[in-house]
Amino acid sequence: MSRLSRLLALLAMAVLAGCGKLAFSDAEKNTIASLALSALPPLKTDTTNRYADVPAAAALGSTLFFDTGMSGDGLVSCSTCHKIDRQFQDDLPRAVGVGRTNRRTMPLAGVAHDPWFFWDGRRDSLWAQALAPLENPLEQAGNRAAYAHYIKARFGERYERIFGPLPDLSDVPANASPLGSDVQKAAWNAMPAAQAEAVNRVFANIGKAIAAFERSIAPPRTRFDRFAAALATGIQPGDDAFSPEEILGLKLFIGKANCVTCHTGPRFTDSGFHNTGVPPVANLPPDRGRVDAVAQVEADPFNCFGAFRDGEASACGELRFMVKSGPELVRAYKTPSLRGAATRAPYMHAGQFSSLDEVVAHYSKAPASVEGTSEVHPLQLSDRERAALVAFLKTLAE
Amino acid sequence: MASLWRYVLAGLGLAALLTGVLAAVYLTAPHAPQRAGSEIVRSKKTANGLFVASFEPERGDVRQGELQSWLLTLKTDAGVPVEAAAITISGGMPQHRHGLPTSPQATDYLGDGCYRIDGVKFTMSGLWQLHFAISAAAGSDTVVFDVLL
Repeated sequence: MSRLSRLLALLAMAVLAGCGKLAFSDAEKNTIASLALSALPPLKTDTTNRYADVPAAAALGSTLFFDTGMSGDGLVSCSTCHKIDRQFQDDLPRAVGVGRTNRRTMPLAGVAHDPWFFWDGRRDSLWAQALAPLENPLEQAGNRAAYAHYIKARFGERYERIFGPLPDLSDVPANASPLGSDVQKAAWNAMPAAQAEAVNRVFANIGKAIAAFERSIAPPRTRFDRFAAALATGIQPGDDAFSPEEILGLKLFIGKANCVTCHTGPRFTDSGFHNTGVPPVANLPPDRGRVDAVAQVEADPFNCFGAFRDGEASACGELRFMVKSGPELVRAYKTPSLRGAATRAPYMHAGQFSSLDEVVAHYSKAPASVEGTSEVHPLQLSDRERAALVAFLKTLAE
Repeated sequence: MASLWRYVLAGLGLAALLTGVLAAVYLTAPHAPQRAGSEIVRSKKTANGLFVASFEPERGDVRQGELQSWLLTLKTDAGVPVEAAAITISGGMPQHRHGLPTSPQATDYLGDGCYRIDGVKFTMSGLWQLHFAISAAAGSDTVVFDVLL
């Protein structure tokens, strides 16, 4: 063999080897590293809930989370919809508690990193969020006076060890709430202000205990994270190596398909609200997303500005600097995390899409929104590219 | 021996030439922002030339997804600090047709023409624009700062 032909053969081998390898640019590698679970910062202290990191509070919160006694009919708990063996969601298009709701149950892994809660951000802390389903007639359908009595009867000692003495509830009606039935509202309005405040305090502490428990629910490490770690260190990923299709999907995700603009960071979410043209579900009441949630979070007595916040008001930046109006809030919903998404269909805020194929097809086509303006631009992805994106998303659930 | 020295000299000459070419390319190339958080211009004249405005994060780098305080410093052309200015802030991502994820506000006057802008948050990578409408004794003017994440 001549020297020249040997050189050509070597060159050809090098080119072929290069094609088979992970040909990521430095910019791509940086983006991939920013998505890895190892880039997730430690959970910040929640100064608005001074029990947030108290183990006894988390333990009581865990008990309450799974206790069907925490409902109007005694049959529903937080865990009815947030199922522990199903990523704390329920696989249903729309959650079913005491009644049928109009929104998809959100999974809870990493939820404590969020600044806003629910699909529309109508609550501004994890503990304030936990209170809303307790009184929602379609979810747990209870009332705060009944919850205070229940806590005293069932968990009084545990409660007092964490939060101090329970108030005297002997004159508190069995059922009363400013959000309940007309009878419950009347009972609530007849209560002296100090008594109502004492019940609200017990109610807020229930939320703080449940939030303390929920802070422990962290997203698990996935095949993507192991792949990203190998890529960052230059070690061969072994069993975690991505197939050419998965590599294409990852490249599209952080490149041409623009997914990473919103599904950013180690939780694959910017924690913001966006109109992406997801169609409404027929026969459900009008749902306008974030634009209608602003007034709700402002009116919530358990919000960060309210009397039940622990710590300083300086923790209330999100509420203080909240965008209160503007066309981009119309039909804007929270960017969900994509970790584990592949194994928890259906998708979107009302379970509009039954598979990831449908989700990716929606973003590729980018139809106009029924109201407001979609932020998504059409992508014209090929069949192969759409399948590659789905293949990549599956690595976030393995 | 003489021929070896010739090679060494030629090598040194080539190296010097290469360095020169690289230096010329580096110095004339447009400085594209490369790392996250770098921004294009931090100090500029306002639209009608009333003020010179500079805008920078109060502490360190630009961080994605966190509420941050920035500082807007306003001076006249002559370098006199602009005091008692009323400032309103808007903005967004022009390429994504959405506004800012928060409503930043001027919350404090720190002296020497410097105003604290609180509640600034950039939730995604890409080009952000912040528009400032400034009203002071000298008149009203606007300025737009680009921030690239």
